[in-house]
Amino acid sequence: MINTVSLSLDQAPPISIPFRFFLTAPLFAIGAGLELLILGDEMIATRWSPLTLGLTHLLTLGVLGMVMCGALLQMLPVIAGSPVPRVMLVGTLTHLLLILGTLLLTISFLSGSVVVTLAALTCLGICFGLFVIAAGIALWRLVAPGVTIRGMRLTLVALVVTVILGMAAALGYVGIAPIGHLSLVTNIHLGWGLLGWVGLLLVSVSFQLVPMFQITPEYPSWVKRYLPSSVFIGLFAWLLLKLVPVMAWSDAPAQLAVALVVSGYILFSVTTLRLLSQRKRRVPDVTLLFWRLGMYALVLCALLWIGGALFPPPDAAHYFSMLLGIGLIQGVALSVINGMLYKIVPFLCWFHLQNRQMALMSMTVRVPHMKEFVTDRSAKRQFHLHLSGLVFTLAAAVAPLWFLRPAALLFILSNSLLLLNLAAAVQKYRATFKLLTPPAPGPTAGVGGTG
Amino acid sequence: MSTIATAMTADHRRCDEIFSRAEELVSSGDWTSGEAEFTAFREAMLSHFSMEEERLFPAFEQHLGHAMGPTQVMRMEHMQMRQLFTEMEQAVGIRDDARYLGLSETLMMIMQQHNMKEEQMLYPMMDRTLGQAGGEIAQQIGQT
Ligand code: HEM
Repeated sequence: MINTVSLSLDQAPPISIPFRFFLTAPLFAIGAGLELLILGDEMIATRWSPLTLGLTHLLTLGVLGMVMCGALLQMLPVIAGSPVPRVMLVGTLTHLLLILGTLLLTISFLSGSVVVTLAALTCLGICFGLFVIAAGIALWRLVAPGVTIRGMRLTLVALVVTVILGMAAALGYVGIAPIGHLSLVTNIHLGWGLLGWVGLLLVSVSFQLVPMFQITPEYPSWVKRYLPSSVFIGLFAWLLLKLVPVMAWSDAPAQLAVALVVSGYILFSVTTLRLLSQRKRRVPDVTLLFWRLGMYALVLCALLWIGGALFPPPDAAHYFSMLLGIGLIQGVALSVINGMLYKIVPFLCWFHLQNRQMALMSMTVRVPHMKEFVTDRSAKRQFHLHLSGLVFTLAAAVAPLWFLRPAALLFILSNSLLLLNLAAAVQKYRATFKLLTPPAPGPTAGVGGTG
Repeated sequence: MSTIATAMTADHRRCDEIFSRAEELVSSGDWTSGEAEFTAFREAMLSHFSMEEERLFPAFEQHLGHAMGPTQVMRMEHMQMRQLFTEMEQAVGIRDDARYLGLSETLMMIMQQHNMKEEQMLYPMMDRTLGQAGGEIAQQIGQT
């Protein structure tokens, strides 16, 4: 019995590991929404208010980072065939430290307290250090890595750069360490965070998952081979041209480096949209709605950036960078992640239950199929809330007085429904798990399961 | 030269296409063609499984000297999929499209993961270890 369970599950971590990350993420999103609802007016006034910084990291660390770390711990064994070492320990610690570190960082922005900042940086430093080492071992021990694995390696490097620059910025922010060009460091930090860590993971995972689950043609092999490394090289050149004094003689080369990154993402989103339009699977699919939205948002963000580079917006137009930030975080990253959760969570529920059923030979109990864990109807309803939330938040960047509160409200509603949908799935998982018990006489039960 | 990887991967793609057609027919309410297409899909999958379980896996296991490890996991996943086929057949029997589509979504996830593991790890491993004998089996697969 034990043998059967371990054979089929030996590659996947216990279900509690990914699920604790996935269920925590919507809570941070709701928290961010509440912050926006209650303290909104101050925040929208400027990009650099401490409130905005706190809000940004509730989303980038508490939601995006949370789901991405959980998903990587889950996916690496399946996609790479290479399990993460000590996954229980790493998962438990990363999760706790990420919660604590994100909360402390938010407080540190608000209070400017040196002690809180140092505590936040300690938590986040250990959290990501541990995660990068564990995931790094799984990724680098492979001898013949495919495009997805190579992309994930770059992703992990981008996470390291993001965290280091973020920590430097935080030390500068509270005045512990004198950071010369704080806003420069911040810009490079957020560029590596969004276009490196988040963007490259999206790209490399899409190479694998889009053709697989939507039955589309493959991405062209030159796109798979050169796109992630071009984006990475662009980001790296940008960093050097901006931060190394001798190289920072003119802004033009740095702009060119960013242009390389932006064209990489245009190529990616247009290719993905084209593949999705050629998909062989023609049944309606809620995850697909989220992905399409994310890809359109990505194209629009890129066009907005190009517009801004060609016709620089007037100095006071801080809503320009607001629009870009909202577009990338809420429009691209949150959409895609939200859609992914609707595939991965029901699947894991089913997968673990069915394995248990076969191991116990408890065939009288019916294991629910995926759409019984999360119904299409409520997933779709949440998509519409997410979409309207996005439209209102974008509007709020331009006209906060009118749109800020409704935007916050919609964001809270959308993420509450997401949380509810996921919790309902877990509830159903637990109930079925309890029904699946070994047949009465016991000891030899399940041996047939290996057949 | 045809390899196990190319021949078997092509067969996966063929099954995928029948799968999508069946799913689309059921979702549009066309049960008559849907049922026929589902049957064709199940037949295609079962013959793929038996090709692996009766020919490829034993050859590979013989080479390894034991029947544990990767092929064991693959056999296990075949069982999981066979169970889903049975449930889908019941859904076809009672013309329950919501149930069929929920099951086919589930099958899709497990099937694609399974195929990915075979295509990226197991088949290349077989091609390397079985050498000439593997090429011959692949040849025969290509002809059937
Ligand atoms: C250890 C983790 C991190 C720390 C300590 C950190 C710290 C900081 C600090 C101190 C700033 C503001 C600097 C200033 O006032 O000039 C900042 C800005 C920013 N960071 Fe992070 N960060 C971290 C992780 C991330 C990640 C993973 C992402 C994205 C995925 C991210 C995205 C951003 C963005 C978008 C901004 C600009 C915020 C705004 O304009 O309001 N950060 N970060």
